[in-house]
Amino acid sequence: MKKIGALLVAVAVIGLAILLANFRVNPYAYFAGYVVLQYVVIATAWNMLGGYAGYVNFGTPAFFALGAYTAIFLIEAFKAPLPVLIVAGGLVSALLGLGIGYLTLRLKGVFFSIATFALSVVLQTLIINWDYVGGAKGFTLIRPPAPFFGNWGVLLFTVMVALAVVTVLVARSIERSWIGRGLAALRDNEEAAECMGVPTLRLKLFATTLSGFFLGVAGAPFPYYVTYVEPSSAFDLNYAVNALAMPMIGGTTTWLGPVIGAILLGTAQQIATVTISSELNLLIVGVVLVLFVVLAPEGLTGLARRLRGR
Amino acid sequence: MNRPWTWKLLSFTLVGAVAATLVLAGAGVFVARAADPIKIGLGMALTGGLSANGKPALMAIQIWKDDVNKKGGLLGRPVELISYDDQTNPATVPGIYTKLLEVDRVDFVVSGYGTNLIAPLMPIAMERRLTIMGILGLANNEKYKYPNYFQIQPSGPDPEANWATGFFEIAARQNPKPQTIALIGADAEYPRHAIAGARELVKKFGFRTVYDKSYPPSTVDYTPIARAIKAVNPDVVFVASYPPDSVGMVRAAHEIGLQPKIFGGGMVGLQFTTVMTSLGPMLNGIVNYDFWAPEQTMMFPGIKEFFAEYQKRAKEAGVDPLGYYLPPYAYSAVQILGLAIEGSKSLDQQKVADYIRSSEFSTIVGKVRFGANGEWARSRVLQVQYQGIKGIDVEQFRVPGKKVVLYPEEFKSGNVIYPYSAAQK
Amino acid sequence: MFSWDLLANAVVAGMLLGGFYAAVSLGVSLTFGLLDIVNIAHPAFVILGAYAAYVMNSSYGLDPILTGVLFTPVFYGLGAGVYRIYYASFERRGEESLRGLVFFFGLLFIIEVALSLKYGVDYRMVDAAYIGRSIDLGGVGIAFRLLVPCVVGLLMTLTLHLFLSRTFYGRAVMGVSQDQVALRLMGANPVRIKTIAFGIGIAAASLAGALLITISPVVPSTDRDYIGRVFAITVLGGLGSIGGTLVASIILGVAESLMATFFGPSWSLAVSFGILLLALAVRPAGLFGR
Repeated sequence: MKKIGALLVAVAVIGLAILLANFRVNPYAYFAGYVVLQYVVIATAWNMLGGYAGYVNFGTPAFFALGAYTAIFLIEAFKAPLPVLIVAGGLVSALLGLGIGYLTLRLKGVFFSIATFALSVVLQTLIINWDYVGGAKGFTLIRPPAPFFGNWGVLLFTVMVALAVVTVLVARSIERSWIGRGLAALRDNEEAAECMGVPTLRLKLFATTLSGFFLGVAGAPFPYYVTYVEPSSAFDLNYAVNALAMPMIGGTTTWLGPVIGAILLGTAQQIATVTISSELNLLIVGVVLVLFVVLAPEGLTGLARRLRGR
Repeated sequence: MNRPWTWKLLSFTLVGAVAATLVLAGAGVFVARAADPIKIGLGMALTGGLSANGKPALMAIQIWKDDVNKKGGLLGRPVELISYDDQTNPATVPGIYTKLLEVDRVDFVVSGYGTNLIAPLMPIAMERRLTIMGILGLANNEKYKYPNYFQIQPSGPDPEANWATGFFEIAARQNPKPQTIALIGADAEYPRHAIAGARELVKKFGFRTVYDKSYPPSTVDYTPIARAIKAVNPDVVFVASYPPDSVGMVRAAHEIGLQPKIFGGGMVGLQFTTVMTSLGPMLNGIVNYDFWAPEQTMMFPGIKEFFAEYQKRAKEAGVDPLGYYLPPYAYSAVQILGLAIEGSKSLDQQKVADYIRSSEFSTIVGKVRFGANGEWARSRVLQVQYQGIKGIDVEQFRVPGKKVVLYPEEFKSGNVIYPYSAAQK
Repeated sequence: MFSWDLLANAVVAGMLLGGFYAAVSLGVSLTFGLLDIVNIAHPAFVILGAYAAYVMNSSYGLDPILTGVLFTPVFYGLGAGVYRIYYASFERRGEESLRGLVFFFGLLFIIEVALSLKYGVDYRMVDAAYIGRSIDLGGVGIAFRLLVPCVVGLLMTLTLHLFLSRTFYGRAVMGVSQDQVALRLMGANPVRIKTIAFGIGIAAASLAGALLITISPVVPSTDRDYIGRVFAITVLGGLGSIGGTLVASIILGVAESLMATFFGPSWSLAVSFGILLLALAVRPAGLFGR
């Protein structure tokens, strides 16, 4: 499918979402849908580094929360509107990605992963002690009446649809470009790629920065969605697990994998929240993740590919 | 992307997900309703950090539902309870309550347990002008001043300060009056509030602060902190902590022999049975906040029956076996809601709210009247002192005399043993 | 507020804590430092050991450390089993990095959630004769609750060091980390050696868990506090060096203790990780690394 085709599909999806908003399907769907779409962004963003480049980021909560807290800071200081929050949240998390990448990507991949985990802890401690954005007490947002749809649930849902579409488009175009091929080369064998002249360090930094950007973008509207943000739930480990599980289940080599993984796992979790005990639901995520990693490492897209005999 | 299988996979997934959500959303419509019950909905922390209290709280609310239905329900209709697990995660609250209101179509909602879980509910309640009973949250309505919010926590008009007022009053009453105080609290929501309140009280009562620090909740060892406090030799030590840190601080204090004249204040967790039976005699002498104690002065109508039922169910469910902390308050919250519905003879949110605001209720935790911002008109945070605890047998905690109520005056059941070291002999 | 007495106490408490941290990190030092397997689920196994001690203590009154020792064979078997799965799924195919990490992360999650389901999220503690008592050595108070785990931790470190340097299998483990082909040529099966080593690592977790619950109450999510600490220690100490792990543990313990005593405990955890990040940036081989 050519580039224009993809763009048309993207615009159509966003248009459909806006249309849906006007028909006011049961409001619950917007809240649940927001979470699933948020995970589409998170999973796709994670996969830019994890799937395409092979570097595992355990610190998803740090980037996500940083996006949310950047938004909070700007709301407190300048009463900035939502689009500014989204871009700013993305940029700050991108900087974090660049920074951590610069510190650790010259070392073995596992050090990057440990560093990202440590990063989450450090950042959480910093935020807990920063009273301007609420600190440990948390930050409460009093929402003004929603522009456009008059209803925040619907508006945020639509915004998230747009963000998800943009993220997937970016992932897809990277995948097909020379950047994507370079990343795939270094994922398979970094030394060989280096020998072949692939600028591995720069590509890695690019991937970390971009991944960080979109993780921050996913987090920026969060204060508006939940109206009360406090560190332990913003830095929740579940974000880390899901960011891993969704691409693993869907498949890490293509943009489609994280999308499918996010939709399937995200929807399943939303349904489980309102039906069975949530702890069993968590257990199931863990078991499914391990099963997929052991038995079907290429995820559902890999399985589908094999079924089709390719 | 010319591969047709990817599109098939994607569309299959999307269709499946959308269908599942629509079925879920629409399910409410198709289920036949028997005898048209009154539905009360809530999210509660059944998993995650607060579930140790959340599960008993839900159990207490279920006991109320059964009690009410035994007597014929509300307004002649049975009461149905719909609850979901909020996982102690505020991000689930908007989704859960939207489902309760839009899909399950509940008549009333009650909050989850804890300040963090009540906070995201406030905008939803305000947008739809709902009447909500809050279950143990601190100062949730401070910013909003929403009139239809009512909080069952007995903190009273100035929640931050009232938490510790009793503790400071008791300290200030002693002769000679203590001079210096050390403040220590965890880096978390409630302890921060409590310490902020304590700082105001330090000024009000004229103490001198010689130590004022906080620690991260994941601290393993409290001996350095206890030592640092001992080094400045304070007369009073005020601690605002969560269960694991409370245990850590008490143990550390004992190990290094930290013996101020008064110790305690805002330690969460000392009220839990597992902690009481684990610390045992180490608790002696600690003056701490509490909401209920099995003293004669606290035996309100209905509370004995409630505990009998609760303790029976708690044994099977494996939750706090005594339930002397949150459960009776969770029960009273819905008890008040039920009384208001009966009293105003309506299910209209505003009428019920007005009724609650203007009445005094007789509940299993005593007489309750609400004041500004939905808090109790008068604070009733107790200060208790642990006295005469021997060994770790749980039975001793069922009888009066081990957790003596010192404050407020109308519920006082004994005298303080002062200084702290005297209680440990 | 500074006094030599306070400083001495803080340092001693930190060293005792360090001995305990060493016990917790030994398993990772073995599996990650020597075998290059990033078992981030190790803290979850430690918590599992802590719960085993709790159950034995509350049902039968068994001393927690005794339980820890008794359960070592069980945990050894568990570790061996986990390694076999890991090997069959990843190492054989040569895809360790990404998938292996995720595998262990999933394992961590499963263990934590399974414990929550079975035991709930109430804090669990144990009771033993030495908890709550302390002795005074020249102005420095030493709590048994910290002393005993520290001593056990030191013993564990010593035992492991002796095992690695004096026994056949121990030296084979050191060999496996250096050159697998040469090892095969010498008649030892690397897979078998790694299984043994991994099993030992997890067996250490059993004992470490018993020590943990002796020091402070435990809840299933306690493992998260230790993931970072354990890897910080292993990296700081230098991969492949057991002695380095001990030194790094003590450094971390003392750093946290000093921070808590003099600057307020808020920053101690973050400072520890700051050390890790700094070490990674400046000297990734650690203090005693190969």
